[in-house]
Amino acid sequence: MRQAAAVAKEVRFGETARRDAWWASPLAVFLGLCAFVVYTTWAALQGDHYRFGPYVSPFYSPELWGSSGAWFGPGRPAWYPRWLFFSPALLVLWVPAGFRLTCYYLRGAYYKAFWADPPACAVGEPRKHYWGENFLPLLIQNIHRYFMYLAVVLVLILAKDVWDGLWFTSPSGAVRFGVGVGTLMLATDVSLLVGYTFGCHSLRHLCGGRVDRISECPLRGGLYRCSSALNGRHNAWFWASLTWVGFTDLYIRLCAMGVISDWRILF
Amino acid sequence: MAEYDEHHHDVLVIGAGGAGLRAAAEAAAAGASVGIVCKSLLGKAHTVMAEGGVAAAIGNVDERDNWKVHFADTMRGGAYLNNWRMAELHAKEAPARVKELEGWGAVFDRTPDGRILQRNFGGHRYPRLAHVGDRTGLEMIRTLQDRVIYDRVDVFMEFTILELVRDGDRVIGAFGYDREKGGFHLFQGKALVLATGGIGRAYKVTSNSWEYTGDGIALAYRAGGELRDMECVQFHPTGMVWPPSVAGILVTEAVRGEGGVLRNKLGRRFLFDDIPPLYRDQTADNEEEGWRYTQGDKNARRPPELLTRDHVARCIVREVREGRGSPHGGVYLDIAWIKERIPNAEEHIKRKLPSMYHQFKKLADLDITKEPMEVGPTTHYLNGGIKVDGDSQMTTAPGLFAAGECAGGLHGANRLGGNSLSDLLVFGQRAGRYAAQFAKQNPAGRVDPEQVRQIARRAVAPFERNRAPQEESPYALQRELQETMQELVGIVRTEDEMRGALQKIENLKERAARVEVDGNRMYNPGWHTAIDLGNLLVVAEAVCRSALERKESRGAHFRLDYPDKDERFGKVNMVARAGHAGALEVRMEPIPEMPAELRQIIEEMK
Amino acid sequence: MNSSATFRIWRGDAQAGEFRDYQAEISEGMVVLDAVHQIQARQANDLAVRWNCKAGKCGSCSAEINGYPRLMCMTRLNDLPLDRPVMIQPLHTFAVLKDLVTDVSWNFRVKKTVKRFAPRPADAPDGTWRMAQADVERIQEFRKCIECFLCQDVCHVLRNHQLMDQFAGPRNYVYAASLEMHPLDTQNRLADLKDRHGIGYCNITKCCTKVCPEEIHITDNAIIPLKERVVDEHYDPLAMLLGRLFSGSRNKANTRA
Repeated sequence: MRQAAAVAKEVRFGETARRDAWWASPLAVFLGLCAFVVYTTWAALQGDHYRFGPYVSPFYSPELWGSSGAWFGPGRPAWYPRWLFFSPALLVLWVPAGFRLTCYYLRGAYYKAFWADPPACAVGEPRKHYWGENFLPLLIQNIHRYFMYLAVVLVLILAKDVWDGLWFTSPSGAVRFGVGVGTLMLATDVSLLVGYTFGCHSLRHLCGGRVDRISECPLRGGLYRCSSALNGRHNAWFWASLTWVGFTDLYIRLCAMGVISDWRILF
Repeated sequence: MAEYDEHHHDVLVIGAGGAGLRAAAEAAAAGASVGIVCKSLLGKAHTVMAEGGVAAAIGNVDERDNWKVHFADTMRGGAYLNNWRMAELHAKEAPARVKELEGWGAVFDRTPDGRILQRNFGGHRYPRLAHVGDRTGLEMIRTLQDRVIYDRVDVFMEFTILELVRDGDRVIGAFGYDREKGGFHLFQGKALVLATGGIGRAYKVTSNSWEYTGDGIALAYRAGGELRDMECVQFHPTGMVWPPSVAGILVTEAVRGEGGVLRNKLGRRFLFDDIPPLYRDQTADNEEEGWRYTQGDKNARRPPELLTRDHVARCIVREVREGRGSPHGGVYLDIAWIKERIPNAEEHIKRKLPSMYHQFKKLADLDITKEPMEVGPTTHYLNGGIKVDGDSQMTTAPGLFAAGECAGGLHGANRLGGNSLSDLLVFGQRAGRYAAQFAKQNPAGRVDPEQVRQIARRAVAPFERNRAPQEESPYALQRELQETMQELVGIVRTEDEMRGALQKIENLKERAARVEVDGNRMYNPGWHTAIDLGNLLVVAEAVCRSALERKESRGAHFRLDYPDKDERFGKVNMVARAGHAGALEVRMEPIPEMPAELRQIIEEMK
Repeated sequence: MNSSATFRIWRGDAQAGEFRDYQAEISEGMVVLDAVHQIQARQANDLAVRWNCKAGKCGSCSAEINGYPRLMCMTRLNDLPLDRPVMIQPLHTFAVLKDLVTDVSWNFRVKKTVKRFAPRPADAPDGTWRMAQADVERIQEFRKCIECFLCQDVCHVLRNHQLMDQFAGPRNYVYAASLEMHPLDTQNRLADLKDRHGIGYCNITKCCTKVCPEEIHITDNAIIPLKERVVDEHYDPLAMLLGRLFSGSRNKANTRA
């Protein structure tokens, strides 16, 4: 089916008859993601200042072979290649990175923002050929659900970190219950991650999307409804949790570096 | 010029709304090869606009319901002008036709135990309308469409039939054009089914689209068919009145079924003031009882808002005429008030009436969960139509069948809401079945090429007229006709006004012969309007002349000069046909005697 | 409010065409289709345009208004800037027949290639089925589709890449979803979706969802769930294994070949 050439078409890159600021949203995604990637890379490569008091930065949790020895004892494992830079964050971050990079919402967003495929709805594209997710390499996006399984585990570990963040050790060595700003930040972080992870399209599918007669299993029905409710604003959860997780790392990092001090709300 | 493509089918269906598609499905199932010709794209016909539901006495919500009650309701609603045989078959067969749709993929709203849910509607004694929110028609047309496309059926989208082709008295085909290129086509069919819908475009304020120019009715008329009850044009009481550009767009009766009430500008529920005697026993006399009825209380009687459409429409006209209307010449329809009665009313309204919510939000900037709507009557449906045999749906022209809105009889003087969707299922199926049977029993007819050439010549005439000073625009003429019908042959009629309308119609007929169109035959709406105009003039005249003859008020037909029912006219139907001189003649035809058992049912249900 | 505005309407056919400017009088509450009708009645009798219900229920009057796919009958003039000409064009993805009318027949042809509905045997002796409201609600959303084909028009796989031979488009995925998730249906359309209908070409731009006048969540509720089902049966080794072991998990298996 060929087009009549006479109609004004978006043939060239960026060509469109749209009059609104169609470029604003992809640009915002581009800038937001770039900023986050730059900060995260920097923070992950520090390898330090990720613990303060009972808090641990979400970038570094679970702290595998980290200095505190919380998981698998302190220090770099023997199998880790000598020539490669070591930071506990590198052993963890691939999970959320993979989860987010294969996220259905983000896929659509970064195809637009980074690859202009398309730059926005009804706007001309730079390339003629197109494979979509029908062939490799993007066929690999179908791995999303496996990252989701891991992300769920990670969220549970981060929830445990909130619990740990409630127990402060006084200079005398006594452990006391307390709540600091950091605790609240960790708790918010986990809440937002729950909102994002449990509204994941793959999880929603697992809960009930794959079943045609969901009424036959009320539990499934309930889970499916919850997941669907979160899924309705998946993009908002994505950005809120992404921003907050970076912000939480920054807070703990600044506390650990002594730039700011953690304000204790209880005790 | 008379070049044309030829298409051959056993059964040719003209019109692809619910009735046409149902007929096509049935004929295909009977082994016939089927062609469907439709004026628009497939699935755009007016059936999509049907909102409230499809009436069938399934008895899922109230087990007291059965075909006898439905039959009696239909007859009472139609003020006994109905073809009782059709009303009987309709009431008996509707449940099976509705249930069958589920096997074809339709998903109606459910009862708690998983059966088809039914809702209340005007004139129906029990909750009877199977529905899907307020988009039942869309569900039905899509279900039928999605069945037919897999069958042995050729669909000719955006084709218009100009004239039926005859071999002696028998109808053997149809000749028309395709919109895309303007090319001519001869469709030969051993049997033809007309399912072309209504005539709403004869009026200015209408819920009908451009297609509803009475094509099938005019085609049948010119091919020797008879038309009945043409004076009974249904005005739906609730159409939008504001803003002007959307005036006439339908507001479903389901709003009232869900508890919506009509008020005048004084805030009074004026329908309580005027309940017709025939319905007094079945109608609530206080607001409390009416509310309970809408909430499913089986002991309550229905609120007067759910009286028949003709009555509600006339009451609205009266309120407006007597100065108690809303600012834009309507009355208020309020569903938002139910928040006083139920929790989460806003959500409830959005769930039950999603497309109404959407329609007012988008088109009128009004949130129906918070504010009342302004509504007024709009031309909605033709109760009468082509006269058909009750069992087979064959018209008085052999080989020609008709079903759905374009066929007359089932609804008598006034149609109950929800009865049109069941009408098109029941009689679409019957028309399909009997048309396939007719096609099996009769060989293809012989086409007279001269007949076809003449049709083609007439069709292209508007292009070939010389630019004369009296050149007429098809749009302007159509507009004039609509205004005439709206003002002079509308909800309230008088002898003088209708005589005036007839004169105007004669004048328009003359001028229509001088209509000229620009451009070429490719997708040219000016040309299409010119052609449709001829059909509109036929139906307008039939409506007008039939209305003149019925010197009484009954159902949808109301005469200020004869405001009461007259027994003598209750025994006859007005039947219009082309006389020998080519002029439209109307005669009174006695209604056949009803069998004793049907008469008894009506007595019992009084 | 009685003013006028300029409408820049594309006029032409498959061979050639151009934009032409028309003036129309503006009154309160008017939509783009009203202006087009006015122009048609007074200035351009042969201006080709499709429309029917004029209430957003039939999906006939699809066009591109100021570069964005919309229904003309649901686009109010007071939502548009009228200081510049309102640009009205036919759908870009489909070949123009004339003026604002395009050849959308491809959509109907592809629809037929989706396997038809095939219900399980009736539940009750009277030939009826039992379905829970909760189960039908999901597909009722898909069945709201009015086949306006705006989603097909805006989808870049069709619009920019013209992959009509390999990609069925959002409308047909919504159709497939309405059957695939039907509580009574017994067919399996997943292999078709993957191979014949090219659901993998969708890269989740969500443009279809944005233009849908019926506000169907095409991407989130139809396409992605179908993609996930395709993954279940064709890409995910674990799900394929489990699917074989517990074949009843989708409540369809009794009729699976």
